[in-house]
Amino acid sequence: MGDGTQVRGYNFAYLDEGTKRSIRRIILKAIAIPGYQVPFGSREMPLPYGWGTGGIQVTASILGPDDVLKVIDQGADDTTNAVSIRRFFSRTANISTTERTTEATIIQTRHRVPETPLHEDQILVYQVPIPEPLRWLEPRETETRKMHALEEYGVMHVKLYEDIAHYGHIATAYNYPALVNRRHVMATSPIPKFDNPKIDRIPALQIFGAGREKRIYAIPPYTEVKSLDFEDHPFSIETWDQCCAMCGDTESYLDEVITDDEGTRMFVCSDTDHCRRRRDDGHAGPGEPGEDAPGDDNGGAGKGLPG
Amino acid sequence: MSREKMIEAADLAKTFRLHNQGGIELPVFNGIELRVQGGECVVLFGPSGSGKSTLLRSIYGNYKPTAGSIKIRHEGKWIDIVTAPPQAILRVRKTTMGYVSQFLRVIPRVPTLDVVSEPLRAIGVEAEEAKDKARDLLTRLNVPEHLWHVAPATFSGGEQQRVNIARGFIFDYPILLLDEPTASLDEENQEAVLGLIFEARDRGAALVGIFHDPGVRKAIGSRHFEMPYSEVA
Amino acid sequence: MMDLGPPLLSVQGMTKFYGRLVGCRDVGFDLWPGEVLCVVGESGSGKTTLLNCLNGGLEPTSGSIKYETRHEGTVEITTLSEAKRRFLSRTDWGIVYQNPRDGLRMRVSAGANIGERLMAVGARHYGNIRSEAATWLRNIEIDEDRIDDPPSTFSGGMQQRLQIARNLVTKPRLVFMDEPTGGLDVSVQARLLDLLRGLVTELDIAAIIVTHDLAVARLLGHRLMVMQGGRVVESGLTDQVLDDPHHPHTQLLVSAILTP
Repeated sequence: MGDGTQVRGYNFAYLDEGTKRSIRRIILKAIAIPGYQVPFGSREMPLPYGWGTGGIQVTASILGPDDVLKVIDQGADDTTNAVSIRRFFSRTANISTTERTTEATIIQTRHRVPETPLHEDQILVYQVPIPEPLRWLEPRETETRKMHALEEYGVMHVKLYEDIAHYGHIATAYNYPALVNRRHVMATSPIPKFDNPKIDRIPALQIFGAGREKRIYAIPPYTEVKSLDFEDHPFSIETWDQCCAMCGDTESYLDEVITDDEGTRMFVCSDTDHCRRRRDDGHAGPGEPGEDAPGDDNGGAGKGLPG
Repeated sequence: MSREKMIEAADLAKTFRLHNQGGIELPVFNGIELRVQGGECVVLFGPSGSGKSTLLRSIYGNYKPTAGSIKIRHEGKWIDIVTAPPQAILRVRKTTMGYVSQFLRVIPRVPTLDVVSEPLRAIGVEAEEAKDKARDLLTRLNVPEHLWHVAPATFSGGEQQRVNIARGFIFDYPILLLDEPTASLDEENQEAVLGLIFEARDRGAALVGIFHDPGVRKAIGSRHFEMPYSEVA
Repeated sequence: MMDLGPPLLSVQGMTKFYGRLVGCRDVGFDLWPGEVLCVVGESGSGKTTLLNCLNGGLEPTSGSIKYETRHEGTVEITTLSEAKRRFLSRTDWGIVYQNPRDGLRMRVSAGANIGERLMAVGARHYGNIRSEAATWLRNIEIDEDRIDDPPSTFSGGMQQRLQIARNLVTKPRLVFMDEPTGGLDVSVQARLLDLLRGLVTELDIAAIIVTHDLAVARLLGHRLMVMQGGRVVESGLTDQVLDDPHHPHTQLLVSAILTP
């Protein structure tokens, strides 16, 4: 439980029980048909579309008084959006929040999947801007629904073909399309393709909410999520030729950070909780450029990026 | 090829009705009985307007007779061209019945060699084999070699005519219909065409033709068929 | 009489009303494999309505369309599930529109336009798809170097040829074409016709081609259907209908041609 300061005049977790029940029914349907976008009556929320209204409605509907909530934006717990959503729920539901992936029961996210492996008692809630993977090609909703119904997914490969034709490789780096449970093609929007392997057959339940587009879809635990590719251009994830400047990790997704007006750059873990946990465990990276490296647990800090 | 009966037209009549000119009727012929067997060349004979061309076109299925029947022996079976479905007529034209006229219907952009070899290609003969045969015929008909790879659209009338004759003789049809193939050819080319006609007759083809030149008629005809008198003509 | 085998397409009593207006009325015909049927008539004669009823673009008011599938025997198109009809139309059928913009994806490359149907039926090898696309560009006489250019940078004639390649790449058995040479210059038309004629013969494709141009019909069609006021007024062997027309309307159409 939180600190006992739930604001008055609102139901638990802001939405009324009837609304939450109807959204939970939608979620059940979404779980029953993995990857299928279920329409739902998205409510007006006290923040604008694009700020995570879909994810917030899902979280509000599944939240119980004993849940521990973690919210991340770009992998970080301390960004404005993450902080305000976390505060929203601690005030309207008086629940505990955390920044630690291992302690959370519900993790609402935008852009990232935590580096720390999730377990069966956790639910990952995604805020999705554009849930329709076929939308780039087909503006008509009636037609995209039909294409999903009839598994007409050839056009998804047209997009990948175009990437290879123009860039020599599949240049799609985020929102990389995937086939869920060998049936529905899903937008992984907006996680980097680096995270695609981390949503495949994992123990945690994953629910995607798109507020403006009024769609909810889900990946039940242990469900296959296969990234689309070509036989001669197989799916692959990003790699970096350096480690995290702060914790020295070579396996995690790195963000490029500009540290001064001269354009000095460094690469750090995008998952702030993961990075802090490693540093707590005694790992260290080469540090900011110009600083003396405080130590290097893998013995091979990367050089700066070329160019 | 044996001397089997190949064409049998019976009680054949043709009348054109021009709906947009007050529905007037133009009877061309009626009561035609014509039998042609393999190895003979029947020359249609009669004044201009007596329906020689109309009869030839009717046998080919290009015109639809008003009454009667035209039986054609196609792969051992009789087919009535008057009542046969289009698919059957097309098959008969592919392997049984050829038509040689003096007018080439030019197909845009298709080179002469392909125009001539096309009937062979259509029945599945390999491209090179078909083109070899086309080259032989074009040589015999004195079509200059530099024209073979050009579409015949820009050729002179005589050249187009000879290209069309080559096309008509590329396949050894059991039946050949000849609509004045020698008209307006010089003597050398007339000889070449007559040579092709004789070869076809000697291999046993049934030939029906229209020839205006009395000399050619005499040289060719195993038999003359007099077009019956029509009130209109 | 000779055995023609079962028809590929068998149409009976095809009727389409737009409210009280007649689109087409009681049209029936059989089409055999490899056969090219041209449908001619003036604007408003119902030929495009007929084509769209046949290819699934319009729902007919009444009538029957039987199609001989490759593997599942004869199916009735008008009652076939939409899933199966759409599958047919992207594998066994092709649809070539008068305006190439209706049949092409204008913003993706020529190669992807050709490759799309291959990918739709499960091709997953980029290199193979690309070389097949290059082969088809050669077939339609477009420079291979243009493979990564979008059709929006192509001329009208090239776009139309690309649309044809996009449809024929899966070797369909039946292609529907609506005025394929409409809107093209005469010289460009000739090239397209020649190409179409060659491809249809070589791949042994059956086609239904709607055109108002009798010269196109004579060049491409084995058989001809003349429509007027939504009905078929005359049909038969192409050269027979054109050279010895019987119906007043056909005689009018034929006599209206200017011969240069």
